[in-house]
Amino acid sequence: MKTNSTVGILGYGAYVPMNRLKGSEICRIWGGYESPIEEKAVANMDEDAVTISVECAKYALKRANINPEEIGAVYVGTESKPYAVKPCGSIVAEAIGATPKVTAADYEFACKAGTEAFQTCIGLVSSGMVKYAMAIGADTAQGRPADALEYTVACGGAAFIFGLKSNSTIAYLEGSYSFVTDTPDFWRRGLEMYPRHGNRFTGDPAYFYHIIGAAKGLMGELGYNPSDFTYAVFHQPNVKFPIKVARTLGFTMDALKPGLVVPLVGNTYAGSTPLGLASTLDFANPGDRILVVSYGSGAGSDAFSFVVQDAITRDRDLDPPVSRFINRKRYIDYSTYVKIRGKIIR
Amino acid sequence: MSVPRYWREEKYRYRLIGSRCSKCGEIFFPRRLVCSKCRSRQLRDYKLSEKGRIVSWTIIRNPPKEYEKYAPYAVGLIELDDGLKIISQLVDLEPEEIKTGMRVEATFRKIREEGSSGIIEYGYKFRPVIE
Amino acid sequence: MRRVAVAGIGLTPISEHWDKSLVDLAVESSCRAIDDSGSLNFDTLYVANVGSAFIQRQQNLGSMISDALGIKGINSLSIEASSASGGFAFNEAVRAVASGVSDSVLVIGVEKMSDALPEEVASTLAMSEDQEYIAYTGITNFGLNALIHRFYMECYGVTASDIAMFAVRCHEHAEGCNHAQYPFKISVDRVLTSPMESDPIHALECSGIGDGAAAVILKPFEGKDREVEVLATATSTDIFHLTQRRDITTLNAVCSAAEKAFRTAGISRKEVDLLELHDDSTIMGVLSLEDLGFAEKGKGSTLVVSGVTSRTGELPTNTFGGLKARGNPIGATGIYQISELVMQLRGEAGKCQIENARVGLAENLGGVGSSCSVAILRRL
Repeated sequence: MKTNSTVGILGYGAYVPMNRLKGSEICRIWGGYESPIEEKAVANMDEDAVTISVECAKYALKRANINPEEIGAVYVGTESKPYAVKPCGSIVAEAIGATPKVTAADYEFACKAGTEAFQTCIGLVSSGMVKYAMAIGADTAQGRPADALEYTVACGGAAFIFGLKSNSTIAYLEGSYSFVTDTPDFWRRGLEMYPRHGNRFTGDPAYFYHIIGAAKGLMGELGYNPSDFTYAVFHQPNVKFPIKVARTLGFTMDALKPGLVVPLVGNTYAGSTPLGLASTLDFANPGDRILVVSYGSGAGSDAFSFVVQDAITRDRDLDPPVSRFINRKRYIDYSTYVKIRGKIIR
Repeated sequence: MSVPRYWREEKYRYRLIGSRCSKCGEIFFPRRLVCSKCRSRQLRDYKLSEKGRIVSWTIIRNPPKEYEKYAPYAVGLIELDDGLKIISQLVDLEPEEIKTGMRVEATFRKIREEGSSGIIEYGYKFRPVIE
Repeated sequence: MRRVAVAGIGLTPISEHWDKSLVDLAVESSCRAIDDSGSLNFDTLYVANVGSAFIQRQQNLGSMISDALGIKGINSLSIEASSASGGFAFNEAVRAVASGVSDSVLVIGVEKMSDALPEEVASTLAMSEDQEYIAYTGITNFGLNALIHRFYMECYGVTASDIAMFAVRCHEHAEGCNHAQYPFKISVDRVLTSPMESDPIHALECSGIGDGAAAVILKPFEGKDREVEVLATATSTDIFHLTQRRDITTLNAVCSAAEKAFRTAGISRKEVDLLELHDDSTIMGVLSLEDLGFAEKGKGSTLVVSGVTSRTGELPTNTFGGLKARGNPIGATGIYQISELVMQLRGEAGKCQIENARVGLAENLGGVGSSCSVAILRRL
């Protein structure tokens, strides 16, 4: 998908809660042999998708250095809405001072809800409907105790502010590509606490088919090869999948590494790809080209190609980098985990 | 819990907004309609500094209603960089880590909720500064 | 202005009165005060109470309690000024009699706390603070005291055990007091090893939850036997939010109420023989000693440790145990204090009696020092 006017990222912000649960701790409780990741981030009892969104949004705003009243759209992509009915977007918009002249809503598309918000914001800015638009991917996803997902489901997110390309944009968009089919690999019915999934069915026909479809589609439209990209970010449900998809497509580990936060953060669902992009931008230099491909069960992928601009070096230390959040941690045991995630109730 | 009552304070709690007296310049949190220094009625919104230091602190072990699930929790008296003082829960730190003089910053958190079906009240808490 | 006297007092023990209602307690204390004064008729009845609207879902206590006493056609209402409700109601009653508009006033302080769960009591007490910006943070009243307590220790280099001595002395005095909730001694070690209530405040530095009612009858001073004269009452307020006070270790409401009361009474602090102070936790007792003008700033606990405030000391303080050991049935506390001064000044304090008591002072605090009442009483 190409825009009418070129759109860029003005600011981004990330947030990861400080609690960490080690995979080995889950193995200890449920008798698992090995965890697919080292450890995962767990929200505190007073944190949810809204509070995480507000934290990222405030950081993004600080970096973008714009008047929040000029933000015309706030979209939150999440599958862990604290309210079934009542938008997270309006709370975030109020908290950052973007209300009342703003459009706001929530997106749900499993783990690609965050990049779905990207697509909408890009369209709104490109068309001239709004001056700035904010897209957030944030989750406090739930995994059923002892399920394979429990090892990876994590909490965190990232926010991006889009505006027309200028000297102030830190990266601009060359094009995007969305790739969607009806593939029921993972779902959660209304009023159910935990999702269900198709186990190995989540692999080839789901994750790999869609990511590869979107990545190849975008590269084809833009006329690029993997070697044209300095960095690549793929949705990170575990460590294996993004590495395998990178290799399949022909990307090097060096291209993947700066954005691969999953080993120490976990799968932050709608926050996963945005967080990977934020971490990559922390390392990127002017001129770098970044391929970003999300994946959401149900199923689909959004692919984007960004080119980093000089503004990336401006006020680089204004916000804490993603690595600062990764290193800021407090280990909790499984009983604290079940308490703060509301699996046992006082 | 009253919804209008929560809604009325959203802006002030979400964005830490108090009042500044247009006449004598005194700043206040929470907001007020009459200046307690010069009795002027010309007060405007004032955005508080979001960083400060801990002046004193305590641990609440016997909480009031609707705060039970968080207990024990720390509450601090914080002097913000603009000189205003504020009382707030302190999060992301263990009681043994809290020190008078410690630098803290505002964070957006859930304050309380009315059971599983009522509204969720969000607002400010403070945490150690993330550089 | 007319001179005013306390003509009668009546107390119930402070306890968990499972079998008695709020009205039962109010009537019991009032009947005792009526019997003590020998006077059956009143033109005004003030009820000091804090929690009935929340705990019992009961308001209109003025009409309800006057009817329960079989009295009709009088001016009757409740007065609420947080935990200083008793002191403030007493102040209003004194003004009514002194001004000549009332000839006989019954003031009842009553609180029935055991009808509520502990977290509901914490919420009730926190109602004295701004609900939107103070109670909203989840801090309790003991938590607010704790912020002052820690800052005070760091500011003045006072130790935890010096402050804890306030509770130890209170318990020493409560031994032998018939109406006290906790009439037994405790050691400073026991206080400092008790669980934390709100760090650095230990559970045994805090007043507990109890039910109780106290009643006093005020009339124009006639010079009769057993009459105790009200030399002065005064009330004052401070900046409501603790956060906006310049120095959180100074209770300005106490300073200014004391100032006014001493000016009205026309006596000096040296002439005061005993004190009943508002120690909802130990630090507030210590600050009260200082801000009433009996100790230098930072030196309040020295008076306690050295024995000055003990029963045989120069300035016996909380002679029936204070809020800590006698008990703190919130709205009733101020009336218990007045009644206790009267018992001491009449020489009817039994095992708690101090020698040569002529002038006594009671101090009742509301919120975390946002309001204060001071009363000075004298025996002829």
